[in-house]
Amino acid sequence: MSRLAPGHRGCAGCCDAMAANFVLEAVGDDAIVVSPTGCLEVMTTPYPESSWEVPWIHSLFENAAAVASGVDAALKAMGRKGNTKVVAIGGDGATLDIGLQAISGAFERGDDITYVCVDNEAYMNTGVQRSGATPYGASTTTSPAGKQSFGNPRPKKNMPAILVAHDSPYVATTSISYPKDMIRKVKKAVDIEGPTYVHAHAPCTTGWKFDTSKTVEVGKLAVETALWPMYEMENGELSNVRKVKNRKPVEDYLKSQGRFKHLFTMDGGKDEITKIQAIADWNVKHYGLE
Amino acid sequence: MKIIIGGVVEPGTTRVNKTGGWRNFKPLYNQDKCIKCGLCSLLCPDCSIEETEEKYVVFDFDFCKGCGICANECPSDAIEMVLEEK
Amino acid sequence: MKNKMTVVEGSYTVAHSVKVCRPNVISAYPITPQTHIVEDLSQFMADGEIPNCEYINVESEFSAISALVGASAAGARTYSSTTSQGLELMHEVLFNVSGMRLPVVMTVANRAVSAPINIWNDQQDSISQRDTGWIQLYAEDTQEAGDMTAQAFKVAEEREVKLPAMVCMDGFILSHVYEPVILLEQDLTDEYLPKYEPEYFLDTKNPMTFGAFADPTTYTEFRYLQQKAMDNALEKIEKAADDFNKIFGRYYGGLIDTYKTEDAEIIIMAMGSIIGTIKDVIDKVRSDGIKVGLVKVRSFRPFPVEAIRKALAEASVVVTLDKNISLGLNEGALLTEVKSSLYNTDINVPVMGFMLGHGGRDIPRRTIRMIIDKAKDTMRSGIAVESEFADLRGDLV
Repeated sequence: MSRLAPGHRGCAGCCDAMAANFVLEAVGDDAIVVSPTGCLEVMTTPYPESSWEVPWIHSLFENAAAVASGVDAALKAMGRKGNTKVVAIGGDGATLDIGLQAISGAFERGDDITYVCVDNEAYMNTGVQRSGATPYGASTTTSPAGKQSFGNPRPKKNMPAILVAHDSPYVATTSISYPKDMIRKVKKAVDIEGPTYVHAHAPCTTGWKFDTSKTVEVGKLAVETALWPMYEMENGELSNVRKVKNRKPVEDYLKSQGRFKHLFTMDGGKDEITKIQAIADWNVKHYGLE
Repeated sequence: MKIIIGGVVEPGTTRVNKTGGWRNFKPLYNQDKCIKCGLCSLLCPDCSIEETEEKYVVFDFDFCKGCGICANECPSDAIEMVLEEK
Repeated sequence: MKNKMTVVEGSYTVAHSVKVCRPNVISAYPITPQTHIVEDLSQFMADGEIPNCEYINVESEFSAISALVGASAAGARTYSSTTSQGLELMHEVLFNVSGMRLPVVMTVANRAVSAPINIWNDQQDSISQRDTGWIQLYAEDTQEAGDMTAQAFKVAEEREVKLPAMVCMDGFILSHVYEPVILLEQDLTDEYLPKYEPEYFLDTKNPMTFGAFADPTTYTEFRYLQQKAMDNALEKIEKAADDFNKIFGRYYGGLIDTYKTEDAEIIIMAMGSIIGTIKDVIDKVRSDGIKVGLVKVRSFRPFPVEAIRKALAEASVVVTLDKNISLGLNEGALLTEVKSSLYNTDINVPVMGFMLGHGGRDIPRRTIRMIIDKAKDTMRSGIAVESEFADLRGDLV
């Protein structure tokens, strides 16, 4: 199995490590990986050690997609492209906040890269700050629950939709809790020429506050409550939507994590949960999950 | 070891860092219950569960951090997390 | 045909040089006054004149230089061009390129920095990046800008250097002027500039990790190695200029160049296109009996401390000209660094500095003559004002 070498500094139960392993399993040895700054980068490359066994490069926080474009261009120019896949693996903040410009440019240009976003819904490496991917109602250190706050007041930025709008031939959502799904989708993405995107939901034991053993379990609840829809968009057309049978109420997902705990204890928390349920209901309708 | 210009690093070198010392809980494997699905090996974030030729598994306690995902996800309850005596 | 002169725009001279240096990846983003360079390169690409090359139309300068990080790490010879705001936007990445020891070459068509926004020439942009670990060379005219480009690739890619390099040419003054030049010949350039063959690059057959994080126990040594590479560059810049002369038959100096300094009492120091004006004025005042000479600083990074000490040792007064200002110190960088080079030595010569030409303000010969007059006063009665604007408009302030 292609994966990260052990000995990395990821937390016990780390979602980024799992995500990287599944991507490596999907792409194999003939790949060059680009990572932005973040948990994955920091925990795998403390000089003079590295967990990566494929060629790997880290430059800065906001430019993984641009660096990947450069690698792709260099391989083409020097006639060394062959079947080598250029894959960027980065976190939500690095991808859809600070890195938004670079990924937009790469996708608009049609560069032959696959970008996998490992979405643990906050800037985890710097200590769990809110990002554009933080879901409605989540408590982070810069959107904390408090006497006058129910946590993050904004919904998740819909990054897959942004890249579909760039005419990407393949955009997919997946979850590290469904490794075979993720491996299949990443493999499909790298085999399609042009800029492709896989957005992987990644429950973070440290940031979301749940026991280290529950990483996969929490991720499944996200899917089973329809808060995390799993689908593919091929040339802009929705396909392979993962239906949700016996949909669970969002409370089941929310109560599994400390970052939503305040919704169950505060006055008015119930109304917030109703709003979150509405998000799930909207997903069901919009993506045809039932 | 002298620095290579640019700080380039050899692959797979985190193996010198034995993260097994991080554990509080240790996975206890009951091979009799194991249905050889390979899920634990696939999920392990620390590459510490390897499948044998017969498709059973062996644990690498040099690196296992004791997260417990394997035990939590095992469909046949073949893995139990026990407090590690140090 | 050797030695065929042609009249072309400065930007074209540089773009042509880039072409014959056989780049593999060029990234391009428009910003006045360098845009003609990337436009010319784009036309070369469209006409199939640059084989084994990819041209990336990036969406900002940040991505322009970032793409070259990836491309250079993958083993490609890389090039981009920018100025002013674009260079400032790249600031973060410039440190990254140097720290990762990637020999990217970039033209900076020197332009003033906002605010206020201004598109005309001064050198604040490149000077403000002097600590990023990039080699900085300054060209006097368009022929030199073109020649310097090939020299920059050669120096940057030297094994003992492996640092990125900026070729600085004054925006508009050199980028948009038409001068008779000899464009670099492909066969001579191939002789001069060998193929780029890095020891380590992103390679599935030898999968190395680039860009690891270095904690306090190792970081200092990385910086030390970069400084050492800059020290090595001092020699390599001289050698690159000499080797260029041997093959192409043109020489502009190595780290510095001197003009009529052998018996000079007043030595003027400057960088860039202003050199031409100064030489004209020197020729005139020498016929009036004033012994003025010129030290042209070609390499600003690495700063040629030894060469400058040697050149200034017998002067009676040194005058530096700076098209930049360090706000809060009220000095231009050349003044500060020349003073610093002479301190703690036996050379006891007064050094005074003039800041001028900001935002593209024209520098006529009379400004240089005024400066020489002030230098003469200093020879007589010591430094009156150590650092001032040479061309401040009293009617505005």
